[in-house]
Amino acid sequence: MSGHAHGVTPNELLAVMGSRELKDNTTVFAGVGAPMLASGLAQRMHAPLLTMVIEGGIVGPKWKPGSLPISTNEMRAAYRAQMLPGITDAFLLAQRGFLDVGFIGGAQIDRYGNLNTSAIGGSYDKPKVRLPGTGGANDIISLCREVIILTVHEKRRFSDTVDFITSPGWLSGRDARRKSGLLFGGVGRVVTTMGVFGFDPESRQMRLEALHTGVSVDDVKTNTGFDVHVSDTLTTTKPPTDEELEILRMLDPARQFL
Amino acid sequence: MTISRREYDFQAARHRLEGKAKSAGEKLTTIDDAVARVKNGDHVTFGGCLFSRTPLALVRALLRRRPTGLSISRNLMCYEGEWCMVAGAVDKIVTSWMGIGLPWGLSKIHREYVESGRVPMEEWSHLALGLRFRAAAMGVPFLPSLTMMGSSLVDVGGSKIIDCPYTGEKLLAVPALFPDVALLHVHRADRFGNCQIDGYPHMDADIARAAATVLVTAEEIVSEEEIRLHPDRTVIPGFAVDALVHVPYGSYPHECYGLYDADPDHFSEYVDGINRHGAAGVQAYLDRYVYGPPTHVEYLSLFGETALADAGRRGRELVS
Repeated sequence: MSGHAHGVTPNELLAVMGSRELKDNTTVFAGVGAPMLASGLAQRMHAPLLTMVIEGGIVGPKWKPGSLPISTNEMRAAYRAQMLPGITDAFLLAQRGFLDVGFIGGAQIDRYGNLNTSAIGGSYDKPKVRLPGTGGANDIISLCREVIILTVHEKRRFSDTVDFITSPGWLSGRDARRKSGLLFGGVGRVVTTMGVFGFDPESRQMRLEALHTGVSVDDVKTNTGFDVHVSDTLTTTKPPTDEELEILRMLDPARQFL
Repeated sequence: MTISRREYDFQAARHRLEGKAKSAGEKLTTIDDAVARVKNGDHVTFGGCLFSRTPLALVRALLRRRPTGLSISRNLMCYEGEWCMVAGAVDKIVTSWMGIGLPWGLSKIHREYVESGRVPMEEWSHLALGLRFRAAAMGVPFLPSLTMMGSSLVDVGGSKIIDCPYTGEKLLAVPALFPDVALLHVHRADRFGNCQIDGYPHMDADIARAAATVLVTAEEIVSEEEIRLHPDRTVIPGFAVDALVHVPYGSYPHECYGLYDADPDHFSEYVDGINRHGAAGVQAYLDRYVYGPPTHVEYLSLFGETALADAGRRGRELVS
């Protein structure tokens, strides 16, 4: 599959592309794996004044390279933090409007950016596959100013419909999200291992805005379970640079998440 | 599976608390005496979060009594939830997420028990569950929130959306959760149950105020004077605590902030047992680690002094 050129792994690609979405002087709600690497990379590249808030009730950690957390609720996630307000209060910072960006992923995603991390197939009470659940994903997508979805691009993930809306994107499109009571935020970008999607401002349907080097629109269509709309101004992303990859590999030398 | 009235009945919870002694006196007791306060059918909330400051010594002592019909809740449920499933102790699990973490993948036990309909999982967003405890800690039946609306979680939990009486906007009315019993593990307490927690507080202080009965294990029992020298560090007042037990390494092999790190190799061993034997792997684990050791010291000896010392060294390094 594309994106592996020059020995770049899917998570390296996601972390690099995710990091480029983050701006300086902002805040990000970041989970473990690619989101944390994206945030750590952005801080070292172009966003030194970016603050991370972590689900375990942690504000402004300075994670130790080579000692990355495997959970958002462990000491590595809190290493050299500026504040430990507790879980409920960390999320309430987002509800108040302090969080600019949130990163999440999901097992299933539809064209409106709705995500399922709860249950696939069967009924909710007796599902075919019970997934771990929302954790903080629902809160992040409900409360941050903008959510960026980071995910591997697979047909089974990019589904025509999601079996359960764990994390509401634009719901059924247009003003459905606002009407449901979610007055703020929304999904801004879906960064995948094939390209970057935005959303049509009217219909709120996902729209392919950039391809990664070596990926074609047909590749994306073949790997997506719904009709792919393509932006009139489709571009190609700049491949991960040596500097970006070096920083990622310095942060995670054992390649626990890369 | 939806919320039951007794979870958010703030008047009943208030009367229950008013009818209870709120003593400034001695709380120290044995762990068996502490968990004898849990009745079959109770709603029991575990403090900590995932594999951090989990009250594992209390959970083990509770399971040794072979309870049945419990509802258990925890914001992020680690494998202690699986123990309760396999032990036949629970009828309902309330959480936002269940598993150990990314490296261990989906929990096979969680899947088996929920997919077969044997133990329903009532799912709330992480904040919503935190607000359920906070509403109860505040003594009110619900708290308004902007989270979870528009999602399928609203329907499965049975929560309600209300119109704001001031602005007319929609708000999620997150129902209070008043547990019957809270199991908590803290860094230190005096013998009267005044508890202090280091590092991230998780939801323990809210849970202690929300529950009708509060059972605490502490890494260290300190003098009354030491608590009075740093009262700003006290997060649970002694009069809210029913029983206190001195249990060093009381959440091991889960972590306790600044004192000891978690033991992920042990988690892998546990998951290996499940991969090879399914629920029987958990049963074997329970026999070895939960039902087997007659004392906490004998439990710790299953891990060995080197592992404990190593976890302590890592734990101290991570806060220095």
